[in-house]
Amino acid sequence: MSDASETARTSYARVEAGMKRRRAAERRFRFLGKCAVGLGLAFLAILFVSIVGNGYSAFWQTRITLDVTIDEATIDPAGAREPQVLRTADYGALIKQSLRDMFPEVSGRRNRFALYGLVSNGAGFDLRDKVLADPALIGRTISLTVAADDDVDMLMKGHIDRRAPESDRRIKDNQLAWIERLETDGRIGSAFNVDFFANGDSRDPELAGIRGALMGSIYTLLVTLGLSFPLAVSAAVYLEEFAPKNRWTDLIEVNINNLAAVPSIVFGLLGLAVFINFFTLPRSAPIVGGLVLTLMTLPTIIIASRAALKSVPPSIREGALGIGASPMQAVMYHVLPLALPGMLTGTIIGMAQALGETAPLLMIGMVAFIADVPGGVFDPATALPVQVYLWADSPERAFVEKTSAAIMVLLLFLATMNALAVLLRRRFERRW
Amino acid sequence: MTQTPLLVVLLLTLSSLAYHFGRKRAFAVSGGRVRSLHSLPAYYGLYVALWAVIPALLVLGLWLGFEDGVITRLVVASMPPEFAGLEPSRLNLVLNDIRNLVVGNIVSSAPDATIIAAADRYRELRGISTIALFAATLGLATVSGWVAYGRIRPEHRSRNAVERIVMGLLIACSTIAILTTVGIVLSVLFESIRFFQAVPVTEFLFGLDWSPQIAIRADQAGSSGAFGAVPLFAGTMLITLIAMSVAVPIGLMSAIYLAEYASARVRAIAKPLLEVLAGIPTVVYGFFAALTVAPFIRNSGGMLGLDIASESALAAGLVMGVMIIPFVSSLSDDVINAVPQSLRDGAYGMGATPSETIRRVIIPAALPGIVGAVLLAVSRAIGETMIVVMAAGLAAKLTANPFEAVTTVTVQIVTLLVGDQEFDSPKTLAAFALGLLLFFVTLALNVLALYIVRKYREQYE
Repeated sequence: MSDASETARTSYARVEAGMKRRRAAERRFRFLGKCAVGLGLAFLAILFVSIVGNGYSAFWQTRITLDVTIDEATIDPAGAREPQVLRTADYGALIKQSLRDMFPEVSGRRNRFALYGLVSNGAGFDLRDKVLADPALIGRTISLTVAADDDVDMLMKGHIDRRAPESDRRIKDNQLAWIERLETDGRIGSAFNVDFFANGDSRDPELAGIRGALMGSIYTLLVTLGLSFPLAVSAAVYLEEFAPKNRWTDLIEVNINNLAAVPSIVFGLLGLAVFINFFTLPRSAPIVGGLVLTLMTLPTIIIASRAALKSVPPSIREGALGIGASPMQAVMYHVLPLALPGMLTGTIIGMAQALGETAPLLMIGMVAFIADVPGGVFDPATALPVQVYLWADSPERAFVEKTSAAIMVLLLFLATMNALAVLLRRRFERRW
Repeated sequence: MTQTPLLVVLLLTLSSLAYHFGRKRAFAVSGGRVRSLHSLPAYYGLYVALWAVIPALLVLGLWLGFEDGVITRLVVASMPPEFAGLEPSRLNLVLNDIRNLVVGNIVSSAPDATIIAAADRYRELRGISTIALFAATLGLATVSGWVAYGRIRPEHRSRNAVERIVMGLLIACSTIAILTTVGIVLSVLFESIRFFQAVPVTEFLFGLDWSPQIAIRADQAGSSGAFGAVPLFAGTMLITLIAMSVAVPIGLMSAIYLAEYASARVRAIAKPLLEVLAGIPTVVYGFFAALTVAPFIRNSGGMLGLDIASESALAAGLVMGVMIIPFVSSLSDDVINAVPQSLRDGAYGMGATPSETIRRVIIPAALPGIVGAVLLAVSRAIGETMIVVMAAGLAAKLTANPFEAVTTVTVQIVTLLVGDQEFDSPKTLAAFALGLLLFFVTLALNVLALYIVRKYREQYE
């Protein structure tokens, strides 16, 4: 008896002796877990802070106010006010003249060129639009606020250090002096960057906007949605409700699961070989992008739609069949409406995926420089993520903030779509 | 071509008219006793409408598919015989000129008389084709609709007929998945075969030198045109390895923490937040890697006296790892949750601490699932494009040093295919060979992973 209690005590003592080490190990393990979660979240935070920190300033734009004399002799020597003449006149000359008037001491080709470089190349177009809208302005002197050049913009936003040696600066000493004079005159200020939302792409950062890319993305997504939703829902209904269990349907199922994991760039290769080279659809067009993204998102939507159909209880089908509906009627009128919210949720998530996709669009040529805003699905276009890629490749410092701002717009769209999906699920999800 | 939307609208109008007439006809033939009809009146309308529109749409699709080829052939046949004798690539240039002339675009060279004549012929044929298309489809729609209309009797089984048609459409939709796979395989296979006719398979798979630029002139420097893909595989592997060494520990540990330790509230917040990482477009990660992470690594390496390339494999791999964390964590979370509670209870009953239970019981039990998850993540990493395009280099170097710039299979596909390209050069075709390889490697990984996961699930069901 005492022998047994002796053994019990020693084994208890042995366990007890190890407890400290084991508890420490437990704490370490738990701490590691916390670290892992924390690291993941920290990455997310760093990503967002870096993007927002780089990009928020792009929503403001440095603008310079000029007094422009709209000289009739320069833009309309005939005085007939013909729209054709007014449209093609040299408004840039007027802008340059007004800069010369403001800084009469500047002489020499080189210095003048530096002076003209203070305002954006688009200033002439702003003036043209103003004159075209109101030809009565000709001959008068108006106060015009135009976008500053991207280097001036960067300086005003503090991305160019004024105290750096001149050779390291994109803004030279003479330009700096002019800018400081503009500052003391109160002629330089900043305003909400309308151009960023109203313009297409441009080589001049201060004129580049996301409108073209946004419209391209919208057209592409419309094609994708219009094709993938009906196709995916039909396929899901067949596979879930009607398909017999045989080799053929097994093959389809395996195929769908595998397609969901095929790298997106391979879909781009398919689009290039089939839609562009074989069917000779136009390059760079949203229609091709939409087709490729349709094939890419189909598996996602099919899988979500099948899950939605599966969650409708069999009693609904049996009830419908019991009162004399045909199997097709039972599905179309009773099961499908109940599964629709789930299918829509899956579709929105698929669309969000398609919106963020870049690689396949590169393959089908949606990566060209396109300054015009596309007007339809057959026009050459680019898409929002591709625009991000294009701008990220541009060397100008000002494109860094443009890129980040475009990313913010893209993320905003994605967040909205996902929030919509979550909302839809909350609103219509039914527990049976 | 441009009239297609108009034609589709016309056909749809016709079919809605057909629906209306079919329905009315059903009422008429029932003689006022609707109950004597076999199907609901709407089915008679649908029957006529579907018959009116489907054959016409099929003809429209086929027509549009073959129109261009036939017209081109006819135009070439009508041109002077010396054009027909041109080699295909030259002929294509001429045809492009003709098409551009037709559309009114800028033409590459001053058009001569034959080209202008051919363009006129092309335009004329297109006009004829459009008129013929309209006549054929609208005529067919009327005739087939009329035939269906004539079949309407009270005892006609319209519902069954409509349901058969709808079922056919559903089946057709469900085969799209197979068609896509076939399309992928065929499109990459064809071009790959052409590539392997120019470059031996063994050189492609085992060659150590990759420089796809091919000299156009004999005296051009540095353009040997070597297609040994081993450096690309090595680069892909290196970056994947770095990504996995970030994603697997972090993903797995956070899955364990969230599944076993975290309170419901922490879980409800942290899990969706981690999954946000998976929803961010890869181009954003690429930008982040190139703008923030790569300079950071370069600078901190500089402080330690290391010479790190600004497009180092480390930066791309690190950011890719962050992107993959949620894949690993949510898949592992699923398998950890699938381990039966009885195993945990058994371990606790024996006096094991939670971490001992996890390490000695749960992880071994969930291991096949975790391996499957990691394999899926590896396939994701291999196929990832934008991060490496933006943050990894272009130079194909055979190195295991993560501080150097390497290139990957996907980067090369993009650089070979973006921009101007001739479609027959081995340089372009090489992209398809790489695509073929990528497709099969990721496919094999996925099949293996799904097999392992399924096998494991069955164990506890």
